[in-house]
Amino acid sequence: MGLENKLVDSLPEILTVQLDAVVNWARKSSLWPATFGLACCAIEMMNTVSARNDLSRFGAETFRASPRQADVMIVSGRVARKMAPVVRRIYDQMPEPKWVISMGACATSGGVFDNYAIVQGVDKIVPVDIYVPGCPPRPEMLIHGIMMLQDKIMKERMRDRRDVPTAEARDSISLGTMPVTLGTQLEEDSARTGVTRPYTIASRHERRRSS
Amino acid sequence: MTPTLGTNSPFEVLDRPLESQMTLSMGPQHPSTHGVLRLELVLDGEMVVKAVPDIGYLHTGMEKLFEYKKYQQGIVITDRMDYLNPLGNNLVYVMAAEKLLQLEIPERAQTIRVLMCELQRIASHMVWLGTHALDIGAMTVFFFCFRQREKILNLIEACSGGRMTPSYFRIGGIMMDLPAGFEKRCKQFLADFPAALDQFNTLLSGNTIFHSRTQGIGIINAEDAIDWGLSGPCLRGSGVAIDVRRTNPYSSYETYDFEIPVEDSCDVWARYMVRMRELKESWKICNQALARLKPGPVKADAPKVVLPDREDMKTHMDALIHHFLIVTEGFNIPAGEVYHVIEASKGEIGVYMKSDGGPKPARVHFRGPSFVNLSALPVMSEGEMVADVVAIIGSLDIVLGEIDR
Amino acid sequence: MAETLETQQNSVTAPLVEIADALKKQNSGWLAEVKDALGEVTLIVPNAFIVDVCWFLKTRYQFDFLSDICGGDRGVEEDPRFEVNYHLFSTKTYYRLRLKVLLSEDAVHIPTVTNIWRTANWHERETYDMFGVIFDGHPDLRRILLPSDFDGHALRKDYPLRGFEPYSLS
Repeated sequence: MGLENKLVDSLPEILTVQLDAVVNWARKSSLWPATFGLACCAIEMMNTVSARNDLSRFGAETFRASPRQADVMIVSGRVARKMAPVVRRIYDQMPEPKWVISMGACATSGGVFDNYAIVQGVDKIVPVDIYVPGCPPRPEMLIHGIMMLQDKIMKERMRDRRDVPTAEARDSISLGTMPVTLGTQLEEDSARTGVTRPYTIASRHERRRSS
Repeated sequence: MTPTLGTNSPFEVLDRPLESQMTLSMGPQHPSTHGVLRLELVLDGEMVVKAVPDIGYLHTGMEKLFEYKKYQQGIVITDRMDYLNPLGNNLVYVMAAEKLLQLEIPERAQTIRVLMCELQRIASHMVWLGTHALDIGAMTVFFFCFRQREKILNLIEACSGGRMTPSYFRIGGIMMDLPAGFEKRCKQFLADFPAALDQFNTLLSGNTIFHSRTQGIGIINAEDAIDWGLSGPCLRGSGVAIDVRRTNPYSSYETYDFEIPVEDSCDVWARYMVRMRELKESWKICNQALARLKPGPVKADAPKVVLPDREDMKTHMDALIHHFLIVTEGFNIPAGEVYHVIEASKGEIGVYMKSDGGPKPARVHFRGPSFVNLSALPVMSEGEMVADVVAIIGSLDIVLGEIDR
Repeated sequence: MAETLETQQNSVTAPLVEIADALKKQNSGWLAEVKDALGEVTLIVPNAFIVDVCWFLKTRYQFDFLSDICGGDRGVEEDPRFEVNYHLFSTKTYYRLRLKVLLSEDAVHIPTVTNIWRTANWHERETYDMFGVIFDGHPDLRRILLPSDFDGHALRKDYPLRGFEPYSLS
């Protein structure tokens, strides 16, 4: 990690662009997830790892229990309010480069549970790279999501993935200072402007707010 | 060689007990806690003095959600409670509503319910065995178990469309009849299963390492087990022969021929043996259920409660009206309260359902077996080593979705 | 068909009604009401006597297994507002019985049964957490499912389903 930072700083841009391809290929081919199974989606994640749908073919050879040794955090399952600071802390403990896959409907948007106890989308707490819908998503869907993440990683630049501990990350550990992520921003914007659907395409299914 | 402080030797042997105890937070993110469970362990060296579970990291407010959803909409929520045994949750919720309505369920529906529940029990025990063995260190068993589980999930998916969240049962029967070819596939699976069971026994039951990690660990005697409300394999591993399928039979279980495995040694090994023997008994019940499947209706005769068949709905006016009313307004259940229990794979699951005469329940409470089994963890793990706590949690077979609801 | 269901249920509830009569004979203040419906027997016990009734049932009638303690909010306008249900099971006779205690909103105290069945510990904590019913004499009455800094009791009927604020900023 320190080597990459130094390289990016010292080499001219034309060389780091060539290096990007190699580095990104290495990163995408050995994405080691952190064991972060919360609920039912965790069992489907275990199914994805087991013999029939074998995730280690795609580089996710081992699931690391310690977030400090993991690359990607697959948030699989519903995030309860009590768990939310823990999710943030685990995310902050992961060193760069790190990615987040939000697996399942509950992690993406609260899912079936639109109530006091569940955070309506883990993107209110951590920035998410890939959303995998489903309740629970089939193992094939999760593998598709991981392959999309691999494509996304290939398009990155080394300059954007510097592991500089920010004040934001330090703040997030103390209570009462949740950082603002895109999900929160969208919600605040829509609350302020009064537009209830911040999507560009109108949904054909009216969002039912009763039962 | 008496050790003294302040010697010049670079290695100082501490041969006196530690003066202080350490509190270790076995946090919500942990590979061995089977979900988001936090344990506060007060340790004296390696020995656990006190273990205090801290739950609520998966609290979903399901009981509140039930009060805002019609009865049939609640079935979907029950899948996500004990997510390893969703058909069991569905069954207990649906049977409680049927008890309130005093519905009679046709025989074919009852047979299919028994068959699917026992298949689900086998699938749940597969996850238990795989993860328990994985925590203790046997990784191979994990892959073998999940292979068997995939076969069962295929069967359940064929019936209901969902692998892990089937919502297959409805108030008054089941969602749809078994698909074509199901019986043949089920027979094939049941024919292959004893070989798999022998494989597991070969791998684990004779293994001395497994014995030394599970025998004599996590002891709770019969009296304490009853006092702490344990149920299911945890209770039967302590020598108490209580199984809801025998004490308060439901859904025609009294007509099946199966034994209740009971072990006497009250430790992790006993619970392991009980569950392994239960796999055999569930296999027996599945064979019997499959043999006695006869053609017949799969939904009760209650047009205001049970959705009509699609053919009827498209051709008959009254069926169309019933379908419309059931889906949009729901059906009213007369006021009353019931507490219904079934034997899920983890123990005695109970639903207290109270109706006030409307289309939505007034109160639904799930008595989750894992909730009560986990409350006995402090008793079982006092005096054990930290590594044994992992084995004990595995033997309790907890699912946090059911504990936190 | 409905007849056999009824006779089945009557055979189940008959011994329980006898137990209820024995309770009433022991002390007429112990039972406020006996309800026999849907194959289950519910005994409504006044607040002050719940421990005596539970002890009697455990020692004399072998109700050694407490299945569940379940709270309930009967409605914001009702009086008594809260109820607490105890579901008992006997591992010897396989009977199941429900005891119900009705509590009004300004007197939500009820003595604990943790000394009779140790499993009541967590069940009572959950009832306190969800409804605010206070169990006097409980060794460790604190929140169990909701976060410890949660404001309010979630399963009360006047607590909104979606809570009070979205979890985005603290």
